Amino acid sequence: MKNSKPKLAIFKLSSCDGCQLSILDAEDELLAVLGAVEIAYFPEASSRMLKGPYDIGLIEGSVTTPHDVELTRQIRKDCKTLITIGACATAGGIQALRNWKDVKEFTKIVYASPQYISTLDRSMPVASFIHVDFELRGCPVNKYQLIEVIVAFLNKRKPNISTHSVCMECKQRGNVCVMVAHGTPCLGPVTQTGCGAICPSYNRGCYGCFGPMDSPNTSSLSRNIEARGETKYDIMLAFRGFNAYSEPFRKESEAYEK
Amino acid sequence: MKNRTIKVDYLARVEGEGALYVKIKNGEVENVRLKIFEPPRFFEAFLRGRKYSEAPDITARICGICPIAYQMSAVNAVENAFGFKLDGQLRELRRLIYCGEWIESHTLHLYMLHAPDFLGYPDVVHMAKDHPAVVEKALKLKRIGNDIVKLIGGREIHPINVKIGGFYKVPHKNDLKQLREDLLWARDAALDTVKFTSTLEFPEFEQDYEFISLCHDDEYPFNDGRIKSNKGLDISVEEYDFHFIEEHVEYSHALHSKLRERDNYFLGPIARYNLNFDKLSDIAKQAAADLNLPRYINNPFKSIIVRGVETLYACDEAIRIIDNYVMPDAPSIDYKIREATGYGASEAPRGMLYHRYRIDEDGIIQDAKIVPPTSQNQKTIEKDLKYFIPPRVNLPQDKLVWQCEQAVRNYDPCISCATHFLKLHLDKED
Repeated sequence: MKNSKPKLAIFKLSSCDGCQLSILDAEDELLAVLGAVEIAYFPEASSRMLKGPYDIGLIEGSVTTPHDVELTRQIRKDCKTLITIGACATAGGIQALRNWKDVKEFTKIVYASPQYISTLDRSMPVASFIHVDFELRGCPVNKYQLIEVIVAFLNKRKPNISTHSVCMECKQRGNVCVMVAHGTPCLGPVTQTGCGAICPSYNRGCYGCFGPMDSPNTSSLSRNIEARGETKYDIMLAFRGFNAYSEPFRKESEAYEK
Repeated sequence: MKNRTIKVDYLARVEGEGALYVKIKNGEVENVRLKIFEPPRFFEAFLRGRKYSEAPDITARICGICPIAYQMSAVNAVENAFGFKLDGQLRELRRLIYCGEWIESHTLHLYMLHAPDFLGYPDVVHMAKDHPAVVEKALKLKRIGNDIVKLIGGREIHPINVKIGGFYKVPHKNDLKQLREDLLWARDAALDTVKFTSTLEFPEFEQDYEFISLCHDDEYPFNDGRIKSNKGLDISVEEYDFHFIEEHVEYSHALHSKLRERDNYFLGPIARYNLNFDKLSDIAKQAAADLNLPRYINNPFKSIIVRGVETLYACDEAIRIIDNYVMPDAPSIDYKIREATGYGASEAPRGMLYHRYRIDEDGIIQDAKIVPPTSQNQKTIEKDLKYFIPPRVNLPQDKLVWQCEQAVRNYDPCISCATHFLKLHLDKED
C-alpha cells in the first residue's frame, strides 16, 4: 500500500540523544506532528525501520568514527532534505574538546584495551563531510524551533529561525543585564538566540549552548570580561564549551589558550 | 532448531546505539553479547582541566534523558569534596527536581518504549491509533514531570539552574501553585498507570539477583544514603571503588561493572523497590497492596509495574515538598574551594549513578570517574538472556527476537550514558 505522507527519518551519531528526545518532549504537539508524516526511521522510538529514500532526514550527533563518515554519506544519498539538529551535529558538540588533545592518549588513559576502540582524531560537524540543507542550533535544540523547521520543510518554505544574539531575547523578557548589573560573565552578546535567554533569567551568565550568532564580536566581549577580573584560562574555558569547534568560538578560545 | 543465532543489529526503543548477538548451540546459549557501538565520547578525559563548577553542566550532556541524575551526582560529589551537604529547603528542591525527572523518564520508558512490547506495537504512534486515551494521558503525565524540571531547572533537557551549593535562583511559593494542581491530576494518572501495567502479561522468569541501591533511614532514595544490597553489602558512597570493579570487553564501548566480592548486580526501580519498600508513601504502598504486588520482586519484566509505582511515589513526594515549601533566604550557600577528592551518588531513573572527582586547590578537576547505571546492569542483562532463552528456544525466530529485545528493555538501558564510563586508574586493582 502506498502511503502519501512524507517520510521522516531520524539518525544518530555521537550524542546524548537529547535533541531527538525533544521530539518526544513536545508532548502537546507530538501526535499532531508525527501524524503529519510517516515515521520511516526513528529507532529510539520505533522498532519499525523502513528503508530509504526519505523526504526529510534529521541528524543528531557529531562525526567521530570512520563508520560515521560512511554513514553520513549514505544518509545524504537517502534523504531529499537533510537537517542537522543540535550542537553536536552542527558544531561537533562537547566531544569536540578532544580536537585539542591527542586522542590516542585519551583512549589509552580511559580504556583498558585501547586496541578495541575505533575513533577519529576529531569530533566534526556533519556539514564538514556532506551538504546539509539546514543546521538547527542548540544544546539541546529548542523543541518549538525543531517543530518550526520540520513544518517549514514540509510546506517547502524557509524556516523562521532568528540569528541575532541572546541579548535581544533577554531584553524582551525584561531581564536585568547580569553582566552590567552583577558583573557576571555572559556569552549572551555573541551567542545565537533561540533558548529563551534562560540563563540570565535565572541570574546566571549565558554559556553559549546555541553557538555563535551571525557575525559575533567575540574579542570585544573577551576584553570586557577580562577587564572584570576573569583570568585568561576562564575565558578560554568559556568559549571552549558545547560549541567549542564552531569557528568564532574556536578562534577565541585559542587566542586565550597561552 | 538446536543451533540458532539471534542477531538484532540495531536495538530499537532504547536510548543510544546497541546491538544484540546470541548464539545457541544444541539448545544451550553459548554466547550472549549486548554490543554497544555508540561511539565513545571521553567525558572523563576532557573533564580534566575544567573548573569544578562546570561539572554539573558538562556531565548533564552525557545523557539527554536523565540530565538531572548527572547534575545531582556531580554536585553531590563536588560538595562532598568541599566538605558540606545541603539541608532544609535547598535539599528538598533537589528532591523535587529529581521527582520531575523520574516522572518524565519513567513515563517515557513505560508508555513509549516498553508498553509497545507488551501490546505488540512497533511504537507509541501505532499504539495511539488503538489506545488514544491511554497515550494522551501518558503524554500529559510525562509533560507534568517535565514541567517540574523546567520550573526548577529552567528547561527540560540540560537544565541550567543547578549549581554547587544550591541553585542560581529558587522559585517563590506562588510559582509552584499551578504545578501542584497539575500534580494532583498526575497522581491520579500515575495510579491508573500502575493499574494499567498490572494488566499486562509477564513471561515466567525469576532469578536470584543481587539488588543494589542507595538506602536512607528516613526516605525513598534520591540523593542521599548508603549503598546497600540484599546480599549484605552496606557501604558509604566513599567506599564505592573498593567494592566495585569495571572490565573492558572487546565487543563493547561500555565497561562491564561487577562486585569485587561476588559478581554482577541489578540496579534500578526493582532494586530500589525491594530495598526501600517501607519508605514509599502511603498512597504508593496502598497501590502496590491493592494489586497484590509482592513485597519482593524477582521478575525483571515486572519493572514496568515498579516504574508505575515509582511514578506514583514521585508525584506524591513532589506534592509533599511543594506543600511544605518555604522559599529559602538565599538560592545557594557559601563554601570554600579546597583540594580534595569527592564522591557522589544518586538514584537515576535507571539506577545508581556514581561520580568521583579529584579537585586541586584552584578548583580545577584533575581526575574524574563516572559510572552510569546501564553499564552496571550490562552483565545482568546478558545473564538474563542466557537463562531466558533455553526454555523458549523452540519459539519462532521473530517471536524469540521480540522477547529477547523486551528482556533487554526491562532495564531501560541508556546506551548513550554507558559509553562514557571510562576507567582512569588501570592499576587500582592491586
